[in-house]
Amino acid sequence: MNKVTTLDKVMDKVHDGAVIGLGGFLGIGVPLGVVDKLLEKGVKDLTLIGIVNAHPFAGGNFGVAKLFKNKQIKKFICSHAGTCPEAVEQYRADELEIEYYPMGTWIEKLRAAGSGLGGVLTPTGVGTLMEEGKQKLTLNGKEYILELPLSAEIAFIKGYRADKMGNIQYRRASLNSNPVLAMAADYVVAEVDEIVEAGEIEPELVGTPSIFVDAVVRCMSFDEHQKAVTDLWTNCGQLKAVNQ
Amino acid sequence: MDYRERIARRAALELGDGEVVNLGFGMPTAVANFIPQGVNVILQSENGCLMVGPTPKYGEHDKDLANAGGQPISLRPGASVFDSAMSFAIIRGGHVNTTILGALEVDQQGNISNWSRFKGSAKNIPGMGGGMDLCSGARKVVAILRHQDKTGNSKVLKQCALPLTGRGVVKVIVTEKAVFHASPQGLLLKEIVKDATVEELRKITDAEFTVAGDLREYRL
Repeated sequence: MNKVTTLDKVMDKVHDGAVIGLGGFLGIGVPLGVVDKLLEKGVKDLTLIGIVNAHPFAGGNFGVAKLFKNKQIKKFICSHAGTCPEAVEQYRADELEIEYYPMGTWIEKLRAAGSGLGGVLTPTGVGTLMEEGKQKLTLNGKEYILELPLSAEIAFIKGYRADKMGNIQYRRASLNSNPVLAMAADYVVAEVDEIVEAGEIEPELVGTPSIFVDAVVRCMSFDEHQKAVTDLWTNCGQLKAVNQ
Repeated sequence: MDYRERIARRAALELGDGEVVNLGFGMPTAVANFIPQGVNVILQSENGCLMVGPTPKYGEHDKDLANAGGQPISLRPGASVFDSAMSFAIIRGGHVNTTILGALEVDQQGNISNWSRFKGSAKNIPGMGGGMDLCSGARKVVAILRHQDKTGNSKVLKQCALPLTGRGVVKVIVTEKAVFHASPQGLLLKEIVKDATVEELRKITDAEFTVAGDLREYRL
């Protein structure tokens, strides 16, 4: 089975109003090629499930910030939106709806959806606004909030390598939300730096088993991706600053 | 020394040797620069790693290695990486000894506020990120903040006005002027800067507090 395809083909599945998930954390482990293709396609009124927002110094030009800048997002389900000024501006102008969850709750809601659980009981947020409209339970004297599963129609994740069957290997801190998001969508697209033959990724290095992945795409090489992130960090002084 | 460095230096003294430590977004990140010699901690970054090292030199950086603020990091020998579910299992599951969180407000019930979803608020911090999980799961929550806002209003309050991040969870409050311990009995003043008296501190502090028998000078 060969799941390698092109972005143009998988984009047929993304329509106006779709609920999409995007892996990554402040610009790290983000499927950058996918973002550019979503921008090019111009789909609107998207509901975006993402753990946090763009890199704080993306300036509307890196990763998910581009989609906010282009006003393609109608609703954002996240734990923090503030690193993207475009998103904050639209939120304040009532052009963007935001649904907040604590980061650990956000990820568990996705994990619940992918794991066949009816929800999760978390102590996080007890005594705060997170209780609003939710069922609470007291077990062994401790209070918990019942959080329900959360999933996407289509998830775009970023891996390091994929084999043609769709097994995904991750690299360093770019795992973040990707492996869990890959479990919580009807259709999963993995953007990777490298594509190899089945058998070339050691089984114990597979972070997301192939059965979760429907399509594998490669948009940038490892070096191109490294350059994109290097430019981001140097342009905002996060790398240069330490060498002055 | 500006107030930020003062607070970061004092907060660093709250960390114990061998502890698993999570430093929050913003001012707490600077605490890593002031950890006393002989105190070795395991720093966790909530985006998914343990044993975070210093900022790498240009050329040694890696597109797949950043902290929870998106800044390039290195990893120390013995580091591990993991996904967000594991990261928050570590946090919520009680495996973090100490977290240092920046606060907008704290109060005498040990409550902490550091986010707001209200659109009109000047203090709008759009999202709680991992803060609520850290409040829920870390064994010791240290809240750090400026004692007063820019117009001189106390940020150490009888009752937080902003939405809470954690209820009754704060153990230690560090401002640039004082250190308080929080408990169900209220706030206890443990340290005060040498150029201030307790009476002067009361005037700029909305919260009620008692003075520890062993009150000492603010340590740096």
